[in-house]
Amino acid sequence: MSAQFKPDETFRGDFTFRNSPAAIRRFPLPFPEDDYMYSVNLEPHLPGPPGSVTEFAIDIDEHYVAECRERALVLAAEPLRFQALPHMMSAQWDCLELIMESLARDYPEHFSLARQGNEWHWINRPLQIDRRFRFGDPNSLPQPPLEFITRQAPGDWVVMDQRDGDLWTEAGMVTTQADWSLDFDVGMTFKEWHGPVPLAHEMHVFDRALKYLLNLRLGAPVRRLNWTMTVHPRLDTSPENYPHWGPDRAKVTPQNAGDLAHLRVELQALWRLPRSNAIVFSIRCYLISVRELASIPKWARRVHRVLETLHPALVDYKGLTRYRDAVVAWLAPRDDGAPTTPGTAPD
Amino acid sequence: MTGSQTLGVKVTAIEQITPLIKHFTLARRDGAALPAFSGGSHVIVVMRGADGRVHRNPYSLLSPPGDLGSYQIGVRRMEESRGGSKFMHDVLSVGSALEIANPVNLFPLEKRGRKHLLIAGGIGITPFLAQLEDLAETGSAHELHYCVRAPEHAAFLTRLQRRLDERLHVYYDSAGAAIDYEALLARQPLGTHVYVCGPAGMIERVIATAGACGWPKSHVHWEQFTAPPVGDAFHVFLARADIGIDVEPDHSLLEAIEAAGIEVPYLCRGGVCGFCRTRVLEVDGELLHHDHYLSDTEKSGGKSIMPCVSRARCRKLVLDL
Repeated sequence: MSAQFKPDETFRGDFTFRNSPAAIRRFPLPFPEDDYMYSVNLEPHLPGPPGSVTEFAIDIDEHYVAECRERALVLAAEPLRFQALPHMMSAQWDCLELIMESLARDYPEHFSLARQGNEWHWINRPLQIDRRFRFGDPNSLPQPPLEFITRQAPGDWVVMDQRDGDLWTEAGMVTTQADWSLDFDVGMTFKEWHGPVPLAHEMHVFDRALKYLLNLRLGAPVRRLNWTMTVHPRLDTSPENYPHWGPDRAKVTPQNAGDLAHLRVELQALWRLPRSNAIVFSIRCYLISVRELASIPKWARRVHRVLETLHPALVDYKGLTRYRDAVVAWLAPRDDGAPTTPGTAPD
Repeated sequence: MTGSQTLGVKVTAIEQITPLIKHFTLARRDGAALPAFSGGSHVIVVMRGADGRVHRNPYSLLSPPGDLGSYQIGVRRMEESRGGSKFMHDVLSVGSALEIANPVNLFPLEKRGRKHLLIAGGIGITPFLAQLEDLAETGSAHELHYCVRAPEHAAFLTRLQRRLDERLHVYYDSAGAAIDYEALLARQPLGTHVYVCGPAGMIERVIATAGACGWPKSHVHWEQFTAPPVGDAFHVFLARADIGIDVEPDHSLLEAIEAAGIEVPYLCRGGVCGFCRTRVLEVDGELLHHDHYLSDTEKSGGKSIMPCVSRARCRKLVLDL
């Protein structure tokens, strides 16, 4: 998608974020059926159809410039949203290479990368960055390599070291998260990190996911979708800032739910990194208001049914307890009970 | 991995470095850069013999991980070769084409380690050559103990001496020299990581000694690729494919399954990674487990088999494939 950037939209304060009709149609709806339960829904991260969010390894859309500005605002207030333990330096360079190579290959109109041995020249036109540096030399960049590149990359990035048959969360850039904190979780194992997730442990979802990821191969990335909901198009729903966004959940009514409540979908992709043997986990957040979503009749029916039948433990875990019913009530008149076609594509 | 995800390479140099070991340099046929890797990684080399037989053997990468222009591997001619090492030694010449898979690391260095004790036996030296390059980058303390039969078998000695100087300790069987494992492990600073690659007896000895010295298991690392052993022929029925296949004495079960056109996911083909684990639905005899992956209980339970190295002695074996 050749995106027209909307550099001035905001994810806080006056919340001017909106999706264009094209952005709505390519929204990655995570519900292939009318009900929802966890599964190890990992699939190869292969190129999707042209225009889809998976057409390229890393998706650049109309919100890119505004999202990078939002990230800079979060980091200015809370620098610890970026962290990297000392032994993760080779993984930081691996990530920088992955992101620069992907963006320059897939969006040559926006990014370019010239490599002469270890002398690299990176140009990011949308953000007006032109930087020469020495690959492997952290002193040649204004920030640590992972911070430098993820200030320019959409979504959150978590890097996991692999040892002792486990994955350890030991570096990352996390500013667009659904109520979890890198500062709290850094250093944790895979299951410790996912400790708060209900039901999934009993279903052995994490045993299977961990085993699968430990064998993740270089050149064969995988992806999955996850989702929750957020009031306002707010990217930074962090535990650190809970007082700023938690109370919003009491504001949602059956009258305003279409505009206040947003579906929040994470496109999660995982790559094995070459030099460090670490795994990078990208968590890309897509937001869509319930009104925008309901502009696709099939999605109005689908999401209404998913929310109505959602397991109570998931309602609680996803933080929907206060306003799920209001969203269901807003969607109810838009669900005529007709069957939905399989898959997520708009009819 | 599957056959479709391979890189086309050609042999750019071959050197006989000991009476038994040849050193191969491989580069992409299209001239592009090879993927970066971490020390301890291996690649699966796919060899297609003139008779149509396909060999897929794992070889550790021993080139500097920062060198993306070529990969280097060392191949020891196995006395009881099923054909793979013989192919590498006798058939390949400079310019020969091969397929390789992307590198996989099942023997990584522990990045937080402050001291690394490396112990190699014979051809087991190969993964350490790349690891030493990584260690030189990080600057963490390390030493290498290298056991070989006799001086003429000491592959890569000059490169090791240049890299390690007094941190290299070589032991020649021919001179009656041997590692005193108890003394070596006992004198290491607390928190040292030990890595061993070599014959089974050496690996067992290091694991047992480290255990007796009170080392935590997380600090003991080893890699041993088992070449699929030669055995008696046997017959297998693949339930989902609904076909029966014969496994010849010098073919592995995995090779026989692949020859029948059935893909089984794998990473190491050496009984280590667990990726090719296959469910046994029925067996009326004995499973001959040769892998290092299944626990003793799982092996005696008879419900799983690693077809890359394990065989069966039975009249009927049914697999969930």
